[in-house]
Amino acid sequence: MKAQQIPVMTMPHNDPAWAREYEAILQAYEQAGGPIAALRSGRVAALVVSANRVLGAITVPGVAINAEPLPDGVQAQIVVAPGVRLERPVHLCFGMIAETGVQRIVADYEIGAGAQVEFLAHCTFPNARDLRHIMDATVRISEDAHMNYTEAHYHGPHGGVVVEARAGVAIGAGGRYFSTFSLVHGRVGRLLIDYIADVAASGVVDLTSMVYGVGDDDIEVREVVRLNGEKARGLAKTRIAVRDRARSRVFTTAEGNAPGTRGHMDCAEIVRGDAVAENIPTVIVRSDEAHVTHEAAIGSVNRKELETLMARGLDEDTAVDVIIRGMLGRLSG
Amino acid sequence: MPSGDVLLDVQSVALFREGRTILHDINLSVLAGEIHALLGVNGSGKSSLAYVIMGCEDYHPDAGRILFAGRDISDLPMHERARMGLTLAWQEPARFDGLPIGDYLTLGRPTISRDELWEALHAVALDPATYLPRALDRTLSGGERKRIELAAVYAMRPRLAILDEPDSGVDVLSFGDIQQLVRRMARSGCAVLLITHRNDMASIADRASVMNAGTIIITGAAEEARRVYTARRG
Repeated sequence: MKAQQIPVMTMPHNDPAWAREYEAILQAYEQAGGPIAALRSGRVAALVVSANRVLGAITVPGVAINAEPLPDGVQAQIVVAPGVRLERPVHLCFGMIAETGVQRIVADYEIGAGAQVEFLAHCTFPNARDLRHIMDATVRISEDAHMNYTEAHYHGPHGGVVVEARAGVAIGAGGRYFSTFSLVHGRVGRLLIDYIADVAASGVVDLTSMVYGVGDDDIEVREVVRLNGEKARGLAKTRIAVRDRARSRVFTTAEGNAPGTRGHMDCAEIVRGDAVAENIPTVIVRSDEAHVTHEAAIGSVNRKELETLMARGLDEDTAVDVIIRGMLGRLSG
Repeated sequence: MPSGDVLLDVQSVALFREGRTILHDINLSVLAGEIHALLGVNGSGKSSLAYVIMGCEDYHPDAGRILFAGRDISDLPMHERARMGLTLAWQEPARFDGLPIGDYLTLGRPTISRDELWEALHAVALDPATYLPRALDRTLSGGERKRIELAAVYAMRPRLAILDEPDSGVDVLSFGDIQQLVRRMARSGCAVLLITHRNDMASIADRASVMNAGTIIITGAAEEARRVYTARRG
């Protein structure tokens, strides 16, 4: 199909203040693991937002990105035309260099029928001491479309961040939505993940959350997967490690509302020191041909894993950290 | 080749659990560079002795002491024993979730070169190009995890590797592969305490000890110990 042409947003390249802020946010993006070369190349679709300023918006054929400032953030609309299949991910860079403030991102994603797209979002708050980041997303996946969304956070060492990540996802018939949220670098602060996914017939949703809380970090995950159409499938997977005095509460709900639906919730949490972890799964089945399951493993680090690493020469604290980062999918970085 | 210097010296070790004797009056020496087989039927105390030597939790000896390279390590934590060059490959490897295999193999020796990493995987008949990009997770079979565990020990280049039943498990290396791996370790200067219940596995050993009911009943030339083991098993 012929992709629609979207104009590239012009940016004030001759403004030194803009240039400084752009460089600062890109450096923070790189610290968070963002592939900065891809972003600088100009060959990928991208949106770069610092506080409530849109520092850059690059579009490619088939992808429209419109972003407008709000008093406390940015409202963005991202539209992927039907049938478009992007070879490279769309990069989303959100963050604040300041120590205090609020950033609210109201994002609307529209993925056209049969389109395939991957988003890499990095949220960076390297100096945060009293900062609030609110992400309010609405996602519509049309029939047979496929969206992969990865959101990685980098928060710096102070823990003064409140993150509220909310998303309402509607997945059309045969559509697929895969989401991974990770906050394993720097301090969490206070985190709320609140996702609701509605899945039509033969659609698939896969939600993964990975968080590492230390100090007095506070983590709350609320995920609802509603399998409404026949043969819809859903997975809510949570991997959390808490140590020191950190707390985590995970509430996941999976509903099998139609024949042939398959849902599963998988929660694994590691608890160290005086930390506390809770997992409360809810299973709702409204069809005698639906099947919904859950599994949860919460506790200390597996002793055998720990001793195996200690038998390689790692002290106990290092071994625990390696195990936790392995569980969270990243050993180094 | 064994140098004649005693590397590991277990002296009169005993271990009791809830009124039961698990190990008693254990005396065992392993020479630097030697392959020393520890033969015994299931339940004879071989793995318990390995855990005591390695310093696993709840396996502190109730009597006796353990010397490694002339130093009393009885009260040292595991990681300090490992840093002295002592390590253990468990009979049933731990089920790590998510660690990249390449990272796992370098944990014991962060300075390992890429060639040495490849060599370690080749030594256990795994293709490095296939396995290095993968993670230790539930998609690996028990046999693959066992091979990776042995590769990790090989990659570490310890002074003494305790291999607990390396031939056990499903889909594991062939008997010949295991023997080749152990010989390879010994050639590189690593002493091996080879724990097995298979008499034929001990045929590559320089010396052997036989365990029965929580104690060592004979230590000597491998052939002699194997004869005793065979006779006792009937």
